[in-house]
Amino acid sequence: MQNEQINKNDTPRVVVTGMGIISAIGNSVEANKKALLASKSSIGSISKINTIHTEQIKVGEVVLSNDELISQLQLPDNNNFTRTALLGVFAAKEALKNADITDVNCYKTGIISSTTVGGMDKTEEHLKQFDTSSESQKYISSHHAGDSTKKIAKHLKINEFSTTMSTACSSATNAIMLGARLIKAGKLERVIVGGTDALSKFTINGFKTLMILSEDVCQPFDEYRKGLNLGEGAAYLVLESEKIAKKEGKSIMAYISGYANANDAFHQTASSENGQGAYLAMQKALDLAQLDPKDIDYINAHGTATPNNDLSESVAIKRVFGNDIPDFSSTKGYTGHTLAASGAVEAVYSVLALQEQTVFPNLNFKSKINETGLIPNTEIKKKTINHVLSNSFGFGGNCSALILSKE
Amino acid sequence: MPVKELREELKEKIIAQLNLEEFSVSDIDDDDALFGDGLGLDSIDALELIVILDKDYGIKLTDPNEGKEVFKSITVLADYIAERTNK
Amino acid sequence: MRDCYIHSAVSISAQNTFSTEDFLLDVIVHNAKKIQAVYPNYKDFISPIAARRMQTGVKMGVVAANKALQVAKLNEPDAIITGTGMGCIADTEKFLNSIIDNNETYLTPTSFIQSTHNTIGAQIALGLKCNNYNNTYTHGSLSFESALIDAQLLLQQQEAKHVLVGGIDELGVEFVDYVQMIEANESKGICVPFSEGAAFTVLSSEKKENAIKLQDIITISEASKEELILKLEDFLTLNNMDTKAIDAIILGNNGDVYDIYYEHIVTSLFSNVARIEYKHLSGEFYTASAFAFWLGTNVLQKQYIPKEVLKNSIQNKSIKTLLLYNQFKGKDHSFILLKI
Repeated sequence: MQNEQINKNDTPRVVVTGMGIISAIGNSVEANKKALLASKSSIGSISKINTIHTEQIKVGEVVLSNDELISQLQLPDNNNFTRTALLGVFAAKEALKNADITDVNCYKTGIISSTTVGGMDKTEEHLKQFDTSSESQKYISSHHAGDSTKKIAKHLKINEFSTTMSTACSSATNAIMLGARLIKAGKLERVIVGGTDALSKFTINGFKTLMILSEDVCQPFDEYRKGLNLGEGAAYLVLESEKIAKKEGKSIMAYISGYANANDAFHQTASSENGQGAYLAMQKALDLAQLDPKDIDYINAHGTATPNNDLSESVAIKRVFGNDIPDFSSTKGYTGHTLAASGAVEAVYSVLALQEQTVFPNLNFKSKINETGLIPNTEIKKKTINHVLSNSFGFGGNCSALILSKE
Repeated sequence: MPVKELREELKEKIIAQLNLEEFSVSDIDDDDALFGDGLGLDSIDALELIVILDKDYGIKLTDPNEGKEVFKSITVLADYIAERTNK
Repeated sequence: MRDCYIHSAVSISAQNTFSTEDFLLDVIVHNAKKIQAVYPNYKDFISPIAARRMQTGVKMGVVAANKALQVAKLNEPDAIITGTGMGCIADTEKFLNSIIDNNETYLTPTSFIQSTHNTIGAQIALGLKCNNYNNTYTHGSLSFESALIDAQLLLQQQEAKHVLVGGIDELGVEFVDYVQMIEANESKGICVPFSEGAAFTVLSSEKKENAIKLQDIITISEASKEELILKLEDFLTLNNMDTKAIDAIILGNNGDVYDIYYEHIVTSLFSNVARIEYKHLSGEFYTASAFAFWLGTNVLQKQYIPKEVLKNSIQNKSIKTLLLYNQFKGKDHSFILLKI
């Protein structure tokens, strides 16, 4: 960082004016909110993917089938939408509607999406028929990770700036961060940011080889946690400069007040013992927001329920917050780990926490982790919430943190 | 299989499975530490070794932490396999 | 707003671009459909124990990144940003096939771990023990450009002083054949070979003597040929230039039907400037434009356009400003301005 600072007054504040989400616990923001407030998890047995691991895993599946999504989105029969793209378009559409945007091109608008495996759900189904079946061949071009973003952009009629990020499970938080930076720099006036990931055999088997999938519902931050549940979903936020949101008379859902990206630089998949990457991400986000740790009212933790993540994240939280740990919870017990989408899913939940002035419970927690002694919030708790910190960490040491504020 | 042969077999498998191109069987002593300061293997290698145990010797480790003891050295690993397969 | 200076530009490609100081002196003429990059001696840069899990893309990326840092005399960048269109496709294919072939049994983690798109950026950070900003873009043929835009933003907004940026794609073994099969069925598909490469640059807000400037970059997802001209003119105006300021244009022609976009731009605006093409040398892949970035930087530095890439007889005495234009299938257009 430089000493010489850009004049803060010239930099527009970035606000959230719309949200869209589809996850295991619901197909809309409203449905997700209802499930969160009812402490209702939707983690269960896998039904849409034919895998030999059915008995050994629990997942957070989106209820709607591909056919139902195609029909709701009114796509032609010969479309080559992957489930990743379907979920993405579905959630991004809701976000635009939620922000009352009818003409997407009346301001300089971009889209930044993210995904880990892109069109893998179709690739793994059709790979062995690519050279023979014309029905399968249409999915050759939908494999790469940028495909779902392009389809969302086309569906929303965004022709200008679009890009895709893939930093494993921190992806969507990085998308939100880039969106905010582009608005602050005056390069975009409005941007749809988020991520999408569908369940696939590829990810299920990948995580299985790492031996970090739980056979039961996941127990974030519990001493006896056995691993994560995979999930699927998509979520998008509409970010605008405060000036435009006010000019348009929009209701402002939240301010993007802080964000940061750091790398743990420790191991390709594991987090370091002292949680250095996570610590730096949280601390730098606080610095950017010009907030003290005590200003944070709620942390939506990454909390995947793997032995490694939850310990490392707990250590990092203690390093940032000392003995004054804010209410915190992981919402992975509701949705499962939605990978690239998780940062956006949890940003939506963080905005809901601000709107409802409610801390959402960390499901399935029983005993605190011996090494750190941290106890997450396990009940619905109404309180004054001005600032929420949301953490997202991924393989490759990619750690990002986001701070959403009421004012 | 005599334990001595099993040890050599394990060395070959480890070199092949973990792409240890720089190593030959004679570079690995039976009692060398496989992890840390010895051969320098890490937690990802441990997961690879768990699959070798399962696939080639029918031994299932469900907790990656068990691997820490079992994969201490070629001697320990060979004895562990022998105990479970030569009954 | 800060300027962005190019402190180094390094390329591993299907040409001898890495281990020699020569600037495309003896080019390799490729006749095959698929061509591998000219691989460097990896051992000079990566220990065997670290390299044993790496596929081509990761190895090329780590090596090119390290050399870009060396040339720029930089130990630790403030940010590491990579772009990759297909990601770590070789390990993706490997894990995918082992799932299918073994019916989900006896799978090992290495190829899964190494298959994620951010593996290259992560391995660079790991090697440098660099805790700073780290990001990976994967947006088809705008992957490298997205990384550049992020870097430019970090520098302009004074969030970083020195940023390592790279574009990497590896050939893989299976997917590329399917893509080529589709191309072969097109009436006028891509004619240049498919290839791979890694090109890295250190961008800095610090002015160095003779450093080339990344003046600006813009990406446009979709536009008609006519809209594109207008957008390009706006882009030049924004940078206080007009078409007359451009001394040479680097085009991403690959022989397919969408080359008309390049022709349209040239005939409309740049019929009298030096015309450079490169994909017959680098091959086509999603981050081939990173090779063009390396090429453009070298043309400006050396004030010389190698004959193998110069496609007309116009060669200005001095080359001050270069425009790079790339698109893929008539979409995902990018314009990059480089200046001395």
